Amino acid sequence: MERIPILRMGEFLLVTIQVDMHDRTALALQDDLTSRIADSGARGVLIDISSLDIVDSFIGRMLANIAAMARVLDAATVVTGMRPAVAITLVELGLELPGVRTALNVEKGMALLRRALPPAEVELDEDDAPGAAHAPDAAPPPGGTKGAHARRED
Amino acid sequence: MRVVKTETYAVRTDADVVQVRQAVRSWSAELRFTLVDQTKMVTAASELARNAVVYGGGGIARLETLDDGARRGLRVVFEDQGPGIPDIELALRDGFTSGNGLGLGLGGARRLVNDFDVRSTPGQGTSVTITRWA
Repeated sequence: MERIPILRMGEFLLVTIQVDMHDRTALALQDDLTSRIADSGARGVLIDISSLDIVDSFIGRMLANIAAMARVLDAATVVTGMRPAVAITLVELGLELPGVRTALNVEKGMALLRRALPPAEVELDEDDAPGAAHAPDAAPPPGGTKGAHARRED
Repeated sequence: MRVVKTETYAVRTDADVVQVRQAVRSWSAELRFTLVDQTKMVTAASELARNAVVYGGGGIARLETLDDGARRGLRVVFEDQGPGIPDIELALRDGFTSGNGLGLGLGGARRLVNDFDVRSTPGQGTSVTITRWA
């Protein structure tokens, strides 16, 4: 059976649904994501559905379930990229997606997830360790150019 | 009213539901439905195809392109030989489900199309017909 890949980016898990999912594929994604949140301690999940033609009640339920399970595991969920025609259809179908936060695109979705985290945690993740800084070109360290070259990455 | 084109698909598995969705998408596009109308028709078909698999024990979906002289439309008939629906009015109500669904399938599908017809005989099966005009 086809499985939807889950990518890890720092504190977050990213999923892009790019196929017309079988119901079993949707259920597998729900299970896989829940396990990955627990294993990785991820604090947020972003699900991009910009490639999806439709969201019917089954896929809607999957999204709502993922958001609910993530919340229990202390992670926020955001669904991004819903097409306008899909949004119109969802509302007429009567689907409400309780507890699912949405954003227009992945960039806005990531911003939303970052805001959902306490500020200290985000900074820790983005700071470089002091030892990793490059030596400035103008001031070669003691030991000559040989050592300096060895430390350069370009 | 003339049936211009017709094709029948088996609806027994998950994969068949996906195939019916894709067929309805391509027939809707051929009829030049707007994107929103295509999406509504495909979503309604998806709900009903799944109902036929989950509750009806499998069945068929028959797609028909219609021409009534003034306009063209797409009709999809879902038929199964499952246990049937004892109380159709109840089944059409939002939130009603005999399975583990959200209970939006039947009532939700009705809101997404122009014409909706459901017939069911307990013990013999269910037939749901949806039509959307271009």
